[in-house]
Amino acid sequence: MKKSKILIGVAIVAIAGFIGIAADHIDAPAVQGGSSDITDFYAFQGSNTSNLVLVANVQGLLSPSATGSASFDENTLVEFNIDTNGDAVEDLVIQATARDGKMYFFGPTAPTQPGTSSTILTTASAQGSVDITPYGTDAIIATSGGMSFFSGPRDDPFFFDFAQYSAIIGGTATSFNDPGADTFAGTNVLSIVVEVPKSMVGGSGTINTWVESKRKQ
Amino acid sequence: MKFNTIKLMAIAVLVSITAYNCSNDDDNNGPDGPDFSGTYAQEDQMGRPAVNTVFVSAGTKDMFNTTAPSAQGAAFQSMFQANLQALSPAYANPGDQNALGLDAATFTTVLATDVLGVSLDGTTTFFDGTNVLTGRALADDVITVELLLIFGGEDFSENPGLSDDHVDANDKAFLSTFPYLATPW
Repeated sequence: MKKSKILIGVAIVAIAGFIGIAADHIDAPAVQGGSSDITDFYAFQGSNTSNLVLVANVQGLLSPSATGSASFDENTLVEFNIDTNGDAVEDLVIQATARDGKMYFFGPTAPTQPGTSSTILTTASAQGSVDITPYGTDAIIATSGGMSFFSGPRDDPFFFDFAQYSAIIGGTATSFNDPGADTFAGTNVLSIVVEVPKSMVGGSGTINTWVESKRKQ
Repeated sequence: MKFNTIKLMAIAVLVSITAYNCSNDDDNNGPDGPDFSGTYAQEDQMGRPAVNTVFVSAGTKDMFNTTAPSAQGAAFQSMFQANLQALSPAYANPGDQNALGLDAATFTTVLATDVLGVSLDGTTTFFDGTNVLTGRALADDVITVELLLIFGGEDFSENPGLSDDHVDANDKAFLSTFPYLATPW
């Protein structure tokens, strides 16, 4: 009898476990309003000057109290675009998308087609993944094939007296203040950072770069 | 007893498989492999900072975000020029230029294709006094650079009240190594 109860318990846990996974898969993408909003894009030479660093930030103006519960939307694909021949059409992309606490990276690799519609390039020879760093813990960094990966909450690196700019545009002020007030002070974003050897994104000369967020249809 | 055990185990397995099948409806790769299938459509796009905020009219911001950069110039340059001249009327004067030597039409032709040029050969900065638009580093005061190019005239001396927001640096120090961005507040 006792053993039967234990087994019934196992059955219940098994059911609950699978429902839990189902709920995660169905509920995470349902987040609406701002989860795919890009707040900023940076591209700069790494501390290793043979490398380029690309940064995409999403979900801006997170207060510290809201940061712990903020998460990447699993239905959103963040795509770094690289144009190596000056026509503003991407020749290479690096894709990043979150699944179950990890950020997955594909590329740099040529997209199947350029433009506003994408599929995830899971067969790219260059790829990697990194555990998403939880709020309040040390940065988790992964490396693969000469690339480095990070994703998680960070201080918003942007600074701007946006409130005063809005007042000027709105006609209630005629100039900036000195000193100004950083509207983004004390706020966080969710960051995706990838460092890639320059040899994988054009090698030398000037490239055009931009970032896109795309939603699963 | 033993038969009961077998029956209960069978029930547990059956129920689990049934529940598993339900949970797996949206996941072609099973619960162990992430699902990367499907088509993704563009919602947001960004090259240079604040371009959509400053130069795109209110009702058109979503359209700008969902247009491929190679098509943005033809679609939006005239709007950019009209908005630039509304913001900074001096640009409407014939021959008026900014400190890069660009007049309203040339400047907005550059801006309307919203990509960020990046040098793979050295310094990467939005503007550091010498290098212009060779990338964007975390500490670059991009807003003041843009305000200077919009309001500052040929030599950065015009409209001093509008050409610097006097917020010159981030509120946290950046890291010298990967991942470079400061820890969250």
